Amino acid sequence: MKRDIVTSAIGIVVLTLMLGILYPLVITGISQVAFPGNANGQQVDVNGKLVGSKLIGQNFATQVYKNGKPEMKNGEPVTNPDPKYFQSRPSATVPPNNGAASTFSNLGPNSTATEEEISSNIQAYLALEKPYNPGLTAAKVPVDAANTSASGLDPDISVANADIQAHRVAAVRHLPLTTVMALVSKYTGGRGLGFSGESGVNVLELNLALDRMTGAH
Amino acid sequence: MTVTGWLTIVLFAVILTALAIPLGRYMAAVYTGERTILDPLFATPERLLYRILRVDPKREQDWKAYAKSVIIFSLAGWLLLYFILRTQTLWNWTGLNPEHFHSAPWNVTFNTTSSFLTNTNWQYYSGETTMSYFSQMAGLTVQNFLSAGVGIAVAVALIRGIITRSGTSLGNFWHDLIRTVLWVLTPIAFVVALVLVFQGASQNFSHYLNFNGPTGLANSIAMGPVASQEAIKELGTNGGGFMNVNSAHPFENPTGFTNFVEMMTVLIIPASLVFTYGKMAGNRRQGYAIYATMMVMFLGAASVAYIAEAHGSPAQHAAGLHTQVIAGTTGGNMEGKEQRFGIAGSALFDVVTTVTSCGAVNSAIESYTGIGGAVPMANLSASEVIFGGVGTGLYSILLYVLLAVFIGGLMVGRTPEYLGKKIEGREIKLVALGLLITPLTALFSTALATASASGRASISAAAAGQPQGFSETFYAYLSQANNNGSAFAGYTGFIQPNAGSLGSHGITFADLLGGFTMLFARYAPILFALAVAGALAGKRVSPAGLGTMRTDNPTFVVLLIGVIILVGALTFFPALLLGPIVQGLTGHLY
Repeated sequence: MKRDIVTSAIGIVVLTLMLGILYPLVITGISQVAFPGNANGQQVDVNGKLVGSKLIGQNFATQVYKNGKPEMKNGEPVTNPDPKYFQSRPSATVPPNNGAASTFSNLGPNSTATEEEISSNIQAYLALEKPYNPGLTAAKVPVDAANTSASGLDPDISVANADIQAHRVAAVRHLPLTTVMALVSKYTGGRGLGFSGESGVNVLELNLALDRMTGAH
Repeated sequence: MTVTGWLTIVLFAVILTALAIPLGRYMAAVYTGERTILDPLFATPERLLYRILRVDPKREQDWKAYAKSVIIFSLAGWLLLYFILRTQTLWNWTGLNPEHFHSAPWNVTFNTTSSFLTNTNWQYYSGETTMSYFSQMAGLTVQNFLSAGVGIAVAVALIRGIITRSGTSLGNFWHDLIRTVLWVLTPIAFVVALVLVFQGASQNFSHYLNFNGPTGLANSIAMGPVASQEAIKELGTNGGGFMNVNSAHPFENPTGFTNFVEMMTVLIIPASLVFTYGKMAGNRRQGYAIYATMMVMFLGAASVAYIAEAHGSPAQHAAGLHTQVIAGTTGGNMEGKEQRFGIAGSALFDVVTTVTSCGAVNSAIESYTGIGGAVPMANLSASEVIFGGVGTGLYSILLYVLLAVFIGGLMVGRTPEYLGKKIEGREIKLVALGLLITPLTALFSTALATASASGRASISAAAAGQPQGFSETFYAYLSQANNNGSAFAGYTGFIQPNAGSLGSHGITFADLLGGFTMLFARYAPILFALAVAGALAGKRVSPAGLGTMRTDNPTFVVLLIGVIILVGALTFFPALLLGPIVQGLTGHLY
């Protein structure tokens, strides 16, 4: 009994130093030397200024102003999607795509709240894309564009989703559709090992590539 | 559904088996003291640790002494973790609390501490708004290792009880724990952590990033030493995410490839231990029979989950969404799922982490379809024996094996015996108690939380008064009793209006009930498993005769699957009907 207590007391302290301090320090040290870009969150700069992380989806929207002042609702800025950018998936964080407070929507499969949320996402998508895709209907909206992502920070959208949005982005930016489509396929990632997961289009990288092309920003 | 989706599931099973056989053999060598390739690296640290800890690794322990060491060591771990978590700001001098977060309140910390001690990793808190890097590393990461180590040690002790031919010794707890940490957990976690960073995961001590995006909107991104914790979180079947959304967070699980690696990391030790058992028992076919049982049930669960999620949810269909696979989309129920994982990568991950006691999630289980959500619940209802947690899975299924042997013996009218040892009244009583305590705790806590207003306060607003609300409650206590940790995450025990815990409060009822559920349902079965080991250790081995029922053939596999399903179904079917199955059978919206 006494022996166990002594061993446990020393043991927990020694093991904490080994596994809780030494192990993460060593991993951090190696990572920072060998893979500094990844280890630091794959930060993306434009003209030396940080604009985000390649891995963290953003809300490509602009602040709405009312009487010259930023409009707020429940303490959060009111925003509108910026039509010259590809839009990320719906997000449940507050505000959308908040990289410091990831969260699920936790909407159940048989809940009217879920149905309303999906319907409003579909309506928003149609409002933005239908002018540029006349044949678009609710039934043709890709699931990833209507359903909230898991993290609220999904960096990717599906290829079908990107193809629809490409029509709008090309029109707004006065670019040939083929040019935008070529960029979409350039930033489409494949499956892991060729089979694991799904391919997706990285929205931030795609948008920044468009900015570089048209000189906007 | 897609061919690639099914291919993922099949390849996963094949690669897992191919890796588990050699690792199982290696682990057998670790616990029987044979030479291994890592001896030159760890022999010296091992000796040094024994000296510092004042342990004589050769001192044999009977089941009571072994259990005493487990309990006292766990108590010491509990106290230190609670202290670290409650004194978070005291450690600001280390620079590992860049956002200056305050500690979570006492009730939430009680729940969190009990959770990480018991390998559950149920999380009422959200990582990136509550925990400092110091708490995550020195507090939580440590118990990610040690709770896994304790589980494996108990499993090894039970194996020794079953196979030993003389005496009452189950080995030495400290020897088993330290060898597990050094020879098994640390090297694999080290490699996996670096693979994750190599593939894009984060590992730093930076401030959170603050910036304006391309459209000028202000945003902030949580940082931290993610990969080192992610690796052991999966390897030790712990499951407690560094970030709130766990393995759905791109910093924890950046690509389809890392998703595959993480799933493999979760199952590798539980799968290997089965082969370790066969090797140590000197009868590999016993290991193969148990492995076959687990694999059949695993593939069944994965298939049902994949089919259900690929079909889509009633809410999607009511909103007019089409959920079949069209070129360039994943189709299916993408609510609460990430594009890079898709339907198969999410459903498989969900099954991998709920058959084990891992409980990590890469998608929102609460948003799964009725049947898709019933799968993890059914997995939990099987008391984590389909591979199960590291160690816990093996000792639990061995209890089921003994039960199946007993029932089989009764059916054919032969004296039940296992590996030459007679299974008698005392053992079968201990086995029954060991197996029933977890389901009973789960049901008791669910009933208490459902029937009381204080319990219902935890149900999310959107689910209150609906079958979904019952599912949330049931899942919460099923998950905590099975030391799993996954959640229908709408259920809450922590109200946190701002990051950093100032002005936050816990929901005492949910925090304490959950905490005690986890502690009781972890340590009581450990005691029963060790008691069974003790009872078997002293038994003489009689040679197998014509009357001996074989435990290494397909007939026994079928019997074992039957017993597991029967016990799980008898205890949980009514509760499962009330929540997820009702929702799965109807297109009705509530």
